Formats: sequence, C-alpha cells, structure tokens
Amino acid sequence: MTIKEIAEILEGVILVNSHPPDEDVPRGGAADLMSDVLAFGTEGMVLMTGLTNPQVVRTAEMAGVSVVVLVRDKKPAVETIELARESGITLIRTGYTMFEACGRLYKAGLAGRGPVKIENGSW
Amino acid sequence: MPPEDITKVQELIYTTPVESVMAKDVIVADLSMTMVQVKQLMREKRISGMPVVDGDRMVGIISISDLIKALENGLIDRPVVELMTTNVQTVFKDSYVAEVVNSLGPRGFGRIPVLDRDGRLVGIVTTGTVIQNLLRQMDISFKKKEEEKLQKYRASHIFDDIVSDDTCLVLRFVVNDKDFDNAGKASSQIKKSLQRLGMQPALVRRVSVAVYEAEINLVIHTDVGGEMIARIRRDRIQISAVDHGPGIEDVEQVLKPGFSTAPQWIRDMGFGAGMGLANIKRCSDSMRLLSEFGGGTRLDILFLLRDHPVGPLSVSGKNS
Ligand SMILES: Nc1ncnc2c1ncn2[C@@H]1O[C@H](COP(=O)(O)OP(=O)(O)O)[C@@H](O)[C@H]1O
Ligand SMILES: [Mg+2]
Repeated sequence: MTIKEIAEILEGVILVNSHPPDEDVPRGGAADLMSDVLAFGTEGMVLMTGLTNPQVVRTAEMAGVSVVVLVRDKKPAVETIELARESGITLIRTGYTMFEACGRLYKAGLAGRGPVKIENGSW
Repeated sequence: MPPEDITKVQELIYTTPVESVMAKDVIVADLSMTMVQVKQLMREKRISGMPVVDGDRMVGIISISDLIKALENGLIDRPVVELMTTNVQTVFKDSYVAEVVNSLGPRGFGRIPVLDRDGRLVGIVTTGTVIQNLLRQMDISFKKKEEEKLQKYRASHIFDDIVSDDTCLVLRFVVNDKDFDNAGKASSQIKKSLQRLGMQPALVRRVSVAVYEAEINLVIHTDVGGEMIARIRRDRIQISAVDHGPGIEDVEQVLKPGFSTAPQWIRDMGFGAGMGLANIKRCSDSMRLLSEFGGGTRLDILFLLRDHPVGPLSVSGKNS
C-alpha cells in the first residue's frame, strides 16, 4: 500500500512529507508504548499512535518505521514536526480513532506482522 | 562492452519475457480500411507498419514497403486486406526475448506482433522497444551494484586504511537525565554512523533498538545522567551505558519483562513498560547489567559481526 493510499483511506492530512507519495509501505502496526514499537517495528512500516510527543518520531526512527499516523486528530507539538522533518519520517494526522484507523487500513489490504513473541535471540 | 556486461545482456535476453519489452498500445489498421487510410494513419502516427485486425484477432500486417508497392501499381484505393502480408511471424507474450532478437533488425522484420495464448494481439516488439527495456533493466542492476560497491568501500575503508593490531572506533555521548528534548540523539547518531560504515541494515536495526532503550533508561532512571559509549571494531560492536546513580536494588528483578519503576508521567509519554532490558537482550548477542544500589549502573551490550564483518578480516588482531 502506498503512502498516498494510506492518507486517502484515513482521510488524513500529511503534516510532514518525507517520502515519495507512491512509496510502498509493507506493513502496519499500532502502539502507545514505545517499547512495543521497538519490539515489533519492522522496516518501512506505518505506525498508528495516540502519542504526539517528539519521542514518537525518535522511536519510529530507531525502529525503522517510515510513516507515523497520529490518530483522533491530535495536534503534534512543533518539536515533533521538526524532528520528523529532520529524521526523514512521514507524519500523517487523521480524525479516526486508533481502532478505526487500523481497521480501515487492514480492510484495504495492509498486512500486520503476525504473532509476535519476545524471546532472546529471536531476530 | 566489458565481458561481464555481455553476459548480463545474454542473461537478460534469456530470462526476460517478451511481455516486458513490448509496446502495449499497438496502433492497428482495421481490415475495412483502404490503403489511402492506412497511409494517412502511418503518417499521423509516424510509424512504418502495423498489424491489421478484425476485432481482437490479427489477420495480417501492412508495412511501408507494401504501401510503396501499392502506390507504384496504382492500387492505393484498394482495401488493405488485398495488399497486406498474411504470413506473419508472431511471438507469444510469455516467450523469452531470445526468441525474437534474431528475427528483428535490418535483415529481419521491423516489428513482431505479440499474442497471448488465446491468440489475441496484446503488443508489438521492435528493435527499439527491446533495446529500451533491456537498457533500463541493465541500468537498474548497475545502479544497485554501484550502491553495494559504495557501501562496501565505505565499510572496509576505515579498517583497511587504518591498520593496527586492534583498531577500534570509539563514539562517546553524554546523556542528561530527564532531558526528553534530546533523548535519543545519541542513538540516532550511532545509527547514522553504522549506516555510513556500510553495516548490514538488519544489524543496524538491532543495534539501534538496543542503544535507544539503553539511552532512554539513562534519561528516565538516573538522577545525574550518564554516558553512552560505542566501540566499533571490524568484527564486533560493544555498547556501554554508564551512570553514577541511583543504582539498582535488585538486578534480577529489573531484568524480568514487564518490571518497571517508572512513574506515571513517564508512562504517559509511552515509556516505562518494563520491556526495555528484555528488548536489549533479544536484539543483542550478549548483555550484562552491573549495578550497585546507591552507586551507579553499567550496561554492556555486545553485537558480533561474524556473518558480515566490516571489510575482510585480513589483519589479525592480537587480542581484544
Ligand atoms: N540506569 C539505570 N539506573 C537505575 N535503574 C535502572 C537503570 N536502567 C534500568 N533500571 C531499572 O530497571 C527497570 C527496568 O528497565 P526496562 O526494562 O528498561 O524498563 P522500563 O525502562 O520501561 O522501566 C527500570 O524500571 C528501572 O527500575
Ligand atoms: Mg527502559
């Protein structure tokens, strides 16, 4: 699914545009816990989150997440937008709730990453 | 062309289906047309020949030389079906390019219609469409190779040019406690450095996640901040997060997934799920947590680059 399609399906606003609109996003996930993002994040994925602080962007960067979707129309801090620009993360805002944002993308064919187990050396 | 490129062209010819080198929007003449109309169409579209169709079936092919013949013989008002060539060489779309290259060109045909297995006309190949598409594919594979080369160059560069019994690149970062504006900056720098060194993306990810968890712990759980040190060698990366307090009371306990002493305001920011150390352990080849309650804490994380050492392991390190 492309970034453009994600924005359309979520009827969202692209706040920071760090990738070409037709770039492919292979998977999606959702979390409000940063450690969860670090544990299940996969390269190039889109992350749905209710958090808006700059750490969300930093965490995305470290986990290899390409696109961060801020749900429920939350307005991010200026620092969050700046950091997204600086670290090459695409930032999208949507009016949908976490549940609906995920549901709409999943229904449209965006994959998750399947069951995740935390084990030592499971990389 | 260097020999390796010749083999590349050969490989492409034998592995690329006709479908991916054909033009899909075929300009055709309907079998009801006259030669005058065909002439018009050729001039308009600037082409020198085209298939003649009856619906989605091809019934023949008409070319500029047929047109010249018609003009010479005063047959320009005749229907195209009377002057077209009906014995046409065609190719199936799932055949390989190798099948058509020898039939195209100055001594062969100018164009070869492409059919699907049901006999429908789906495209047309000319020398032009073949060359254009093969060149594009070669360019893509060339660029990919160049990128890889550049990465490898960068990677081996430092450890090849700077030779010693034990060469080590040390990156040191100061991390302040409760400074959430800068939390993660050290990790971000480490990630960028590893990428520039040309390390494998999967390894970069593992290290990034681990360093970031370690850095966040310094920000959240210490009262005086601390420092992050990355030691990068040809065959391994060692990360240390060191601080001077407050230390950990029960090291066994904090290693349990889910255990956290983070206060509510930290949890509201999305941290403090108690999964940090578990995450680090999972990402790394080994992890060691040392702490003295009332003193300081030291976290050592090791990554081995045995599968993908930075550059060739030609120089033997005496010890480490
Ligand atoms: N540098 C440190 N100094 C003191 N305590 C620490 C340090 N690092 C980790 N801890 C303790 O270990 C616990 C577990 O850490 P971690 O697994 O990263 O989870 P979290 O950071 O989400 O609490 C922390 O809640 C804290 O009590
Ligand atoms: Mg932690």
